Amino acid sequence: MKSIKSEQDHGKLISRRAIIMGTMQTAALGVLGGRLAWLQVAQGSKYRTLSDKNRINVKMLAPSRGTIVDRYGVPLAVNGRNFRVLIVPEQVKDIESVLRALQSHIDLQESDIRSVLKEAKRNAKFVPIEVKDDLSWDEVAKIEVNLPDLPGLSTDVGQRRTYPFADATAHVVGYVGAVNEREIDQDPLLSLPGFRIGKTGIEKKFDKELRGEKGTAQVEVNVVGREVRELDVRDSHSGERLILTLDGELQRFTQTRLAQERSASAVIMDAHTGAVYTLASSPAFDPNLFISGMPFDIWEQLRTDAAHPLVNKAIAGQYPPASTFKMVVALAGLRAGLVNSNRTSFCGGHFQYGKDKFHCWKKHGHGRVDVMQAIQHSCDVFFYELAVELGIEKIAREARLFGLGDKLGFELTEESPGLVPDKEWKLGYNGQKWQVGETIVTSIGQGSLLATPLQMAVMTARMVNGGYAVKPWITSNGLAPNSKMVGKWPKMDVKQSHIEMVLKGMEDVVNDRGGTAYASRIVDEELAFAGKTGTGQVQRITMAQRKAGVKNEDLDWKQRHHALFVGYAPYKNPRYVCSVVVEHGVGGSKAAAPIAKEILLEAQRRAPHKAMVGEES
Amino acid sequence: MSGPIFMQSDQSLMVKLRHLNWGLVLLIFIIASIGFAALYSAAGGSWDPWASRQMQRFIIGMIGMFIIALIDIKWWYKLVWPAYFIGIALLIVVELMGHVGMGAQRWIDLGFMKLQPSEMMKIAVVMALARYFHPATVDDMRRLFFLIIPAIIVMVPVGLVLLQPDLGTSLMIIMAGAGMLFIAGASIWLFVAGIAAVAAIIPIAWNFFLHDYQKKRVMTFLDPESDPLGAGYHITQSKIALGSGGIDGRGFLEGTQSRLNFLPEKQTDFIFTLWAEEQGLFGGAILLFLFALVFYYCIWIAMKCRHNFGRYLALGLMINFSLYVFINIGMVMGLLPVVGAPLPLISYGGTSMLAALIGFGLIMSCSIHSDSKVTR
Repeated sequence: MKSIKSEQDHGKLISRRAIIMGTMQTAALGVLGGRLAWLQVAQGSKYRTLSDKNRINVKMLAPSRGTIVDRYGVPLAVNGRNFRVLIVPEQVKDIESVLRALQSHIDLQESDIRSVLKEAKRNAKFVPIEVKDDLSWDEVAKIEVNLPDLPGLSTDVGQRRTYPFADATAHVVGYVGAVNEREIDQDPLLSLPGFRIGKTGIEKKFDKELRGEKGTAQVEVNVVGREVRELDVRDSHSGERLILTLDGELQRFTQTRLAQERSASAVIMDAHTGAVYTLASSPAFDPNLFISGMPFDIWEQLRTDAAHPLVNKAIAGQYPPASTFKMVVALAGLRAGLVNSNRTSFCGGHFQYGKDKFHCWKKHGHGRVDVMQAIQHSCDVFFYELAVELGIEKIAREARLFGLGDKLGFELTEESPGLVPDKEWKLGYNGQKWQVGETIVTSIGQGSLLATPLQMAVMTARMVNGGYAVKPWITSNGLAPNSKMVGKWPKMDVKQSHIEMVLKGMEDVVNDRGGTAYASRIVDEELAFAGKTGTGQVQRITMAQRKAGVKNEDLDWKQRHHALFVGYAPYKNPRYVCSVVVEHGVGGSKAAAPIAKEILLEAQRRAPHKAMVGEES
Repeated sequence: MSGPIFMQSDQSLMVKLRHLNWGLVLLIFIIASIGFAALYSAAGGSWDPWASRQMQRFIIGMIGMFIIALIDIKWWYKLVWPAYFIGIALLIVVELMGHVGMGAQRWIDLGFMKLQPSEMMKIAVVMALARYFHPATVDDMRRLFFLIIPAIIVMVPVGLVLLQPDLGTSLMIIMAGAGMLFIAGASIWLFVAGIAAVAAIIPIAWNFFLHDYQKKRVMTFLDPESDPLGAGYHITQSKIALGSGGIDGRGFLEGTQSRLNFLPEKQTDFIFTLWAEEQGLFGGAILLFLFALVFYYCIWIAMKCRHNFGRYLALGLMINFSLYVFINIGMVMGLLPVVGAPLPLISYGGTSMLAALIGFGLIMSCSIHSDSKVTR
């Protein structure tokens, strides 16, 4: 037995120890509290940052691409709806069996199924995979109705660039495509999967304006990266609407007409404002095929076709301007005082310079012709003679004044510079001295001289507008409205009397019996047009061919002459200027002039200069 | 006399109810309510699947606690050895079942809940030690020979728990035993010697007894950033969650770390992290303060008790409870290795809730029956 005292002592010991224990526990809690304060206060901001990094992903929102419309607001490039069917692998037990079930509702290739299965293995299970896009509304409806039997599938609608005018505006408007590595710039949008940028034409040139600005969404993600909710959404800004000076219907009309030829191009522009109404190149292609996936055989055909369907020949094609160049030589002669209304030349069918003989296209000659008749009948000898007196430098200077020999600064980057040869060029080209014979050949637009259809149209425009240095343009953005461009172009140093003399020659080409394009005239005085034919030699006519009288149309297509025409209408009060090039079309009067007649008639009928979107009337 | 056990005492039921430690009940209720709120948030603002079930268990546990509290301490004194041996038996059953079933099984399925015998064993060990020390004198405590039995009482369950293997629980039983030895008046030198012995044993245990995952946990604890996506991931993410809470927290239901599953085991072991992420230093400190009040309350009950059995029992159970608190919170703050200890009254889990409430029931029984004549 123990004493009461002993038990009381022990009780006191226990109490003492209990208090020590309590003190130690208090200290331990203090340590925990201190640690908590250290983590949450002293290091709070550090951990807060780490926490935000853990949970917030910034997601880019793609802007919708700006539309492209013609001068009336008719859409040339829009964003169509693209119905897609998607599958989320984590919601499905067996992806393949679901896709097989889907096959009974829509057309689904074996290769599609295989690529979905491959994709499913690569990505996280909650990432939706596109099974098929470009579905019809019927297909979407079928899928929607059968969704209960198709677990994991869903449909959505995305954006797809579509070109309502298809091949009619293929070259001008261009098309968009997936970003390749070389095209990646500062804009993070380009790294978005499925993002498209302009590859050719307006789509390429104005890609930045059309592209728009990205939006961002801060998305809260969980530990495996699944989106839980959106925190802060900044909407994207869609790209600018781009208004072209083009008249879509006139463009389509021209394109359709050109399609009758194997390979041709044409430009219609405003002589006073420089607005381009039509820029056609045939054959063309359907840009929509580039979006939805081009079948390989069609691509091969486009790539290898000798008529170069992928090239915009209206601005990139370079041709000898041939007789359409004669007005420039005439103006150079008038400027130099070598030509006046009294000057005549006798054309006997050829021109002898030294021991070289230069033929006129008319075997037996035109007889005595003045400058206006020389243009009307396209007499070569008159210009051969004049060219020898003028020399190449004066001809070249006049050519450059009228817009040849260099890029015009047109909006489309595919523009070619053409070529106006002179002594300096010759030296730099092959180190040889310029020959007078070359001057003679250049005077009828042959030899090394090259011009694009657009340059030829500009050349003509600068004559018929009374000598203003008009330049072509196709986008209204950044420029004054259409009507205000009149008279804004700098006046060139050229006498009105000289121009009138040349234009009289061009009138007679079409409207006077004996003119080279008389057969294509428009009888209605109000709509009648004027112009100049041209026949560009692709290769030298050999002496043997000349003797044998081989007709050019009997040669292989590739060896036939190019047919050209530059013109304007109405000739009494010029507004529309056109140039037409029919590759290997044999003769300007036979192949090119009829086209010019039709498109100038249509242009006058439609009168695109009278209206433009966004312009106060 | 007949009737329920708690009627066969010196006091009437009404008197006992009046003597019940309502302050402690209130504390327990507040702490458990914090747990419900945290579980509601852990489920993304939903009573399912955790908060509602936890509340059911709490209600059942509270009823159990009251019944235990109202039963005279004399009966618990008599039930010590049966409880202890039943506990040992259950541990053996689990051990055998573990061999039959897959891997390390630590629980017995009772249908309505999964019972972990090791949790119950912690209470039984405390009761056994209290019973053994109850008649001891100050001098007894000084005799090393007298301490052989307590060593056996502690080491048998420790050995069985180690076989599961559950190092964390084993260490907690040892620490609770050591704590009771200290309370009972064992020589300070004994503890100095013990710590020295542990220090000597650690290298040996490291090389021969620790499982690889246990070694890894310790290594990761020492340098969590060394393996941020592996074993250190839990600690790193927990620290980020706590730290990002700041002083006033992310707000209720706004704890992004927890809700976005960056936080592992957010409803069980890392529930404190969730609470402190959403409620900040303010909420975390309040919870620590509430726990402190519980400790003090228990110490006060022990000091007020007139018999040693009650003192030992109240203090031992309080030590048990506080060990959970320290180990769990220390763990989520990166102060201790991740050992898998729940935060009592708050973590989701039937056994830990039940064990805590049984413990408090016994402590309250000590308080109500502080004048009982406990035989020796």
